[in-house]
Amino acid sequence: MNVKPINELFKKELVVINMGLESFADNLKDVGVKVLQMNWKPPAGGNKKISSLLSRLGR
Amino acid sequence: MKVDIEKANQEGASRILKAKPTIVDISTAGEAVPGMKKNMILHAGPPLTWDRMCGPMRGAVIGGLIYEGLAKNQKEAEELAASGDIEYSPWHHHAGVGPMAGVATWSMPVWVLENKTFGNKAYCTLNEGLGKVLRYGAFSEEVIARLKWMETELAPILKKALDKHGEIDMKNLISQALQMGDEGHNRNRAGTSLLIRELAPYLVRLDEDREKIAKVLEFMHSNDHFFLNLTMPAAKCTVDPAANIEGSSVIYTMARNGTDFGIRVSGLGDRWFTAPATMVDGLYLPGFTAKDAAPDIGDSVITETSGIGGFAMAAAPAIVKFVGGTPKDAVNFTKQMYEITVTENDTYQIPFLDFRGTPTAIDLIKIEETGILPRINTGIAHKDPGVGMVGAGLVRPPEKCFHDALEAFVEKYGD
Amino acid sequence: MKKILVQKDSYYDSVFLMLINKEVKQFDGVKDAVVSMGTDVNVELLKDMGLANEEVESATANDLIIAVEAESEEVAEKAIEAAKELLNKKKSESAESDEYRPVSLDKAVEMLPDANLVVISVPGAFAAREVRKALNMNLHVMLFSDNVSLEDEIELKKLAEEKGLLMMGPDCGTAIINGKPLCFANVVKKGDIGIVAAAGTGLQEVTCSIEKFGGGITQGIGTGGRDLKNSQVGGRMMRMGIEALKNDPETKVIVVISKPPAEDVAGKVIEALKETGKPCVIHFVGLGAGKQEGNLYYAENLEEAAGMAVALSKGEKYEKRTFTIPEEEVEAIVERETQNMAPGQKYLRGLYTGGTLADEAMILFEREIGNIYSNNQTKPELVLKDPHTSQGHTIVDLGDDVFTVGRPHPMIDPSTREERIIKEMEDPEVAVMLLDIVLGYSSHEDPAGAILDSLKKAKVKAKERGGYLSIVTSITGTKGDFQNMDEQKKKLESIGCVVMPSNYQASMLALKIIRKVG
Repeated sequence: MNVKPINELFKKELVVINMGLESFADNLKDVGVKVLQMNWKPPAGGNKKISSLLSRLGR
Repeated sequence: MKVDIEKANQEGASRILKAKPTIVDISTAGEAVPGMKKNMILHAGPPLTWDRMCGPMRGAVIGGLIYEGLAKNQKEAEELAASGDIEYSPWHHHAGVGPMAGVATWSMPVWVLENKTFGNKAYCTLNEGLGKVLRYGAFSEEVIARLKWMETELAPILKKALDKHGEIDMKNLISQALQMGDEGHNRNRAGTSLLIRELAPYLVRLDEDREKIAKVLEFMHSNDHFFLNLTMPAAKCTVDPAANIEGSSVIYTMARNGTDFGIRVSGLGDRWFTAPATMVDGLYLPGFTAKDAAPDIGDSVITETSGIGGFAMAAAPAIVKFVGGTPKDAVNFTKQMYEITVTENDTYQIPFLDFRGTPTAIDLIKIEETGILPRINTGIAHKDPGVGMVGAGLVRPPEKCFHDALEAFVEKYGD
Repeated sequence: MKKILVQKDSYYDSVFLMLINKEVKQFDGVKDAVVSMGTDVNVELLKDMGLANEEVESATANDLIIAVEAESEEVAEKAIEAAKELLNKKKSESAESDEYRPVSLDKAVEMLPDANLVVISVPGAFAAREVRKALNMNLHVMLFSDNVSLEDEIELKKLAEEKGLLMMGPDCGTAIINGKPLCFANVVKKGDIGIVAAAGTGLQEVTCSIEKFGGGITQGIGTGGRDLKNSQVGGRMMRMGIEALKNDPETKVIVVISKPPAEDVAGKVIEALKETGKPCVIHFVGLGAGKQEGNLYYAENLEEAAGMAVALSKGEKYEKRTFTIPEEEVEAIVERETQNMAPGQKYLRGLYTGGTLADEAMILFEREIGNIYSNNQTKPELVLKDPHTSQGHTIVDLGDDVFTVGRPHPMIDPSTREERIIKEMEDPEVAVMLLDIVLGYSSHEDPAGAILDSLKKAKVKAKERGGYLSIVTSITGTKGDFQNMDEQKKKLESIGCVVMPSNYQASMLALKIIRKVG
């Protein structure tokens, strides 16, 4: 099994993107981790039809 | 997947960035506009028929018919308008754009712009001013008289000055205006001033009656939005070359006619995707409320389509007060637009964002992915014809257009 | 009087909304209120509650709905206004932080090109797509979201395996990477023990116990609860975690925790552990201890897994024992707790916020006395008929889906457990209440304090009936956690609760008490 990227991660500083509950970002900021909080929204306003259309474009 | 969408979009974006919109002439619709006819009425937005037109649009049609001499009064105009003898055609089908109702007839003077990079042209009427004007659906004697003055004095004089001056580089003027607090759609004071500055010496040198020249200068000076009728065709000839690129999801047209909001997508040719126009959320002039508002109308959203207007809101913090927000909102709105565009402009820059280029080349797919709709600032017309502007604000385009367009796009290019 | 407001294109995350919902419901004169996004599920709920109109029915997951039923139109309107204010307050607070918050992951990566990990806690229906994007951008993933389909999990873990990336989840509540807490996690000392866990609070309990025994951790990798249960998922993340710990020079001892895996998967995991060449401690919650095989050691409970790992790390012999406090002290506690009980008192009520901890207790009691009802029971005859009502000996996992519809998890919002305590105290047959107090990031700021009143009331009620209610607890936490472990212990002890050093010991103590009165 290739796990090289995981072992590499263990040697680096965590740099995190938080997609969702803001408190998870707050926790990380508290311990000095660089975090970017996203303003995530459901794609196409939660429209499932649009989501499946997008997946036909590989997105 | 059948096509490289990313590549196609890069091509579209690059064409937009390379544009060189330039004022080359002033002519009339009949002489210059491709496909124009004597019984044709050009209008803003997607295709529309008389029976579906809203109040201000109808008022403008009535005024246009009277101005053109095809009808003597409102009653005759209405009969003629409904008769089937008048052909209604979107400005966009004739390489042009019209603000608000955007009604234009054969004799009306038009700006002629050329995109020097690709040779394509774009047309737009001259801006009449604020308040009771044709584009807001007014058709009183005063309105007709003003239109006549524009045809017989304003346009010819300006044309002479323009001929003496030579072509005017709009890209340069817009770029300066953005750094002076304009955004090219709802705020055009700086642009109008720059234009007057360009033309003034040439106007003064003309062999014309001094009073007439003065009237021309006063007219331009009294109308902060005179420049709008130039930013719009500048934007139009800028984005038109990005149309019809196989596989591109770049939106090259957004437009409203007071009944429908419509978009067109590069890789889907000239198909319109429409949905009922939405209401504008804004601030009203004293005495008016949301109950007085007409639905969203006009081709002026071509400015956003080209990367200015609402997309450069951070360059015009003053506009935000007018639309009910704070300067910080203006910045955030603009920042959001970067999420739905292909690129950043290399000429139109926003000082407040460290001269970052404006978000340019709107991408349908990104809109659908993020759920972020293009942000549009616009004026609000009174729903009754002929009253005029009652406010300004932000309008959220109807999602349906984008959903329908995506469906068609996936049908054509998806797995 | 019903009033409904639908705000288009106003997305807020569900936990935030639930907390606002709670506040609005408490306003004077409000009979009922719902503040939620217009997802299909929520719209159905509103319909059932009679709080839906045309606008609600056409709302999408991106539209906010505030629906209030109140004694008068005025109250309803005020409640809606107040709700809007609360929502805007939070929005403007976060807008104050200067940085633009990107909507798309592309934009986020553009803004933070050094990013190496994405923590995803968006609604399950949308999570898989985001994970795919992240993995394709070569980012490791912590996937907190649940309700991700099995197919998606399999596909995503295959993709992660291809790329050699972490895909911790779905439904992964806890991880500690490079000493940093992801989602629900404790502050644990650094050391040389690496853990891979398919059990959130299990990882919390083990890591905290490791510190208690004087050890520390390198990494605490989560895999999500389904990783070992399903043959198609095949323990992929567990095996990747084991491989990474094998390669990690800092890790000297490896610990693996999970609910009992599917048989073929267990085999693969054991093989992988054997190949590491490092001492490995295995704990499959519910499976008894196996015999030691080469470098593989089997622990019988979470605390033991920690104890064994620390012993191995220090090169010491592990001394198996049930209690870490002296036998005499244990007996004294049992005596004290039972001496004033009334004759009818005989039942155990385990009220848990941590799923793995609940399971540990349930399995222990199953083995020792049988007939333990639970919402987590595998034996159909012992599944609680109504999860909200205990029967006989009951251990309930309050973090289970049935309790968290429209409510935050009990580790975040103690009111679910509070309500259950109040309910249980009416039952004169209850002898012992057994509870977990979980500290650490994302947990409530004062878990003990939040239920202190209700626990006190319960003890008073029992006394009024001429008996005595024993309350036995354990605190999953470390001295480094912000809730202040010592304070938490003091609070519990101040009202007569017994605080044992681990969930296992608390369960064993509760068992002794039950046996004494049974």
